[in-house]
Amino acid sequence: MSWVLSLPIILPFLTAVLAFLLREKRAGAWVSVGGCALLLIASAVLMVNVLQAGVVAGQMGNWPAPFGITLVADLLSAVMVVITAITGLAVSVYALAEINRRKEYLGYHALFQVLLAGVCGAFLTGDLFNLYVWFEVMLISSFGLLILGGSKAQIDGGIKYVTLNLVSTILFLSGIGLLYGMTGTLNLADLALAVEEVENQGLLTVVAIMFMIAFGVKAAVFPLFFWLPAAYHTPSFSVSAVFAGLLTKVGVYALIRMFTLVFDHDIGYTHTILLWVAGFTMVTGVLGAAAQTDFRKILSFHIVSQIGYMILGLALFTPLAIVGAVFYLVHHIVVKANLFLIAGVAEKLTGSTELKEIGGLYKSAPLLGVLFLIPAFSLAGFPPLSGFWAKYILVKASLDIEMWFIAGVALFVGLLTIYSMTKIWAQAFWEPHPYNLEPKLSILTPEQRWFYLLPIAFLATLTIIIGFYPEPFVQFAERSAEQLLNPAAYIEAVLGEQS
Amino acid sequence: METLLALAIGVLVAAAVYLMLARNVLRFIFGLILISNAANLTIFVGGRLTQGLPPLIEEGAYAPVEGAANALPQALVLTAIVIGFGLFAFALVLVFRAFTTLGTLNSDKMRVAEPREDAAK
Repeated sequence: MSWVLSLPIILPFLTAVLAFLLREKRAGAWVSVGGCALLLIASAVLMVNVLQAGVVAGQMGNWPAPFGITLVADLLSAVMVVITAITGLAVSVYALAEINRRKEYLGYHALFQVLLAGVCGAFLTGDLFNLYVWFEVMLISSFGLLILGGSKAQIDGGIKYVTLNLVSTILFLSGIGLLYGMTGTLNLADLALAVEEVENQGLLTVVAIMFMIAFGVKAAVFPLFFWLPAAYHTPSFSVSAVFAGLLTKVGVYALIRMFTLVFDHDIGYTHTILLWVAGFTMVTGVLGAAAQTDFRKILSFHIVSQIGYMILGLALFTPLAIVGAVFYLVHHIVVKANLFLIAGVAEKLTGSTELKEIGGLYKSAPLLGVLFLIPAFSLAGFPPLSGFWAKYILVKASLDIEMWFIAGVALFVGLLTIYSMTKIWAQAFWEPHPYNLEPKLSILTPEQRWFYLLPIAFLATLTIIIGFYPEPFVQFAERSAEQLLNPAAYIEAVLGEQS
Repeated sequence: METLLALAIGVLVAAAVYLMLARNVLRFIFGLILISNAANLTIFVGGRLTQGLPPLIEEGAYAPVEGAANALPQALVLTAIVIGFGLFAFALVLVFRAFTTLGTLNSDKMRVAEPREDAAK
């Protein structure tokens, strides 16, 4: 059984080695695409297994839990791995056109695959220290990707990204040390049982807050998000897209995992903090976006704002709210990665991402305009696209438990999101180009056009499918939320029958 | 012993925070290295400290003697040191590169990625 679990981690690593060996040739890029396709198949197999069994767990090296290292996949982990593979595949195809030979030679594809391995590892591990290791794998490859090319802006953004993420890593590590000192275990399922026996529950809350800050930095929540808008607009668009789609979501995943499985001893305290954090994250993110005039910077701030919605789902901590958080997570990754890819094409056509410098895209490239409208409207929450259902569930969840204020904040932020999206639409697509250029798609070679537009159309189609047939996705999210709120099945799958 | 190490960790963190508050990015990195060592020591102490009882299993026995040192945190610390070494090697090179391309180590003056409004005009 354990190969199903380890394959999504092993495959990207093997692809990375192969892509690195072939980095001087064009074949290296295709290896990366092939690796992602295999990863997608492996993740689909894992998903089928999880759908049948509920929770799949495997012990590496056959050491029984909690002594060995556990890999475990419940529905949330499985869907995150699938969505990672989908994003990976889309971005690797896009990279065929965008990443130049020099960056390929410097090892872009190998770093990209290691990043995917780290992300999958973080989703699949059932051990806290192992989670730290996967975070580091992810972090070091993201450092490489971020500064690949070495422009001034990249180095500048890189300094802030690297330093703040290292601080969060160290907090995470200290938290692990303290938690181990209190409970004597690092296996997540075992921890869920062991924390109940800790005498001093107050100390446990202190450690919980350390984890909240550590993962909060990774997830870019208020007031810890400043590294994100400083860095995400500087690297290649492929890199931006995969960062925007996946990296912060690993932080959100870790928060959801830890604060449903392990730290549910003092919900009144920890989840109230999360609720405030969620509110402020939504508002500051969207206000930050409103003040920006650069395509990618606006999108970066919107990542922050959207993270707030997911944290809101976790903070409300009712079954429906967790459903909303899971649904939001899946919808957001697809939409956000896609918007960054579209920003990339816009820049290739018009020569800039600064909104004042570009325009006329709708007239000269109507196809791109239509493709932009789908994820943009979905992000803003227009029915019937995926973002509407995600926001609807979350707002309903807050109204159900009479949290009028936060529901109002969520709706208000949705309104401001529309404002920024229309700003991009009006300035980049509608207004004529300031230098009267006609940025037609035909200035790209036919090959480039396919590689750019195919992944965008693919992700846009996914958005539409989730929007028009939300039923199976919501049902899936419901089952997943049930598992998260009743971790007995998770614990049993890892540790075996509990007496 | 635990008290002594707890104090040492406290001193390390205090020195590290002092360094990290500096505008100079290099000093910030030095602070980060100090505080990562404090984190490693925290894990080490988390496993409880014993003197003179290595976690070795006697011939014929199945488990180490009662009260033997806990080997797991030491393994964790080793892993963390190795990972930390890699990360800090990267961070130091990045700072050096920042100094050569941006010409400054003052974090207030690093505004290439996020230029000030008035400067942009």
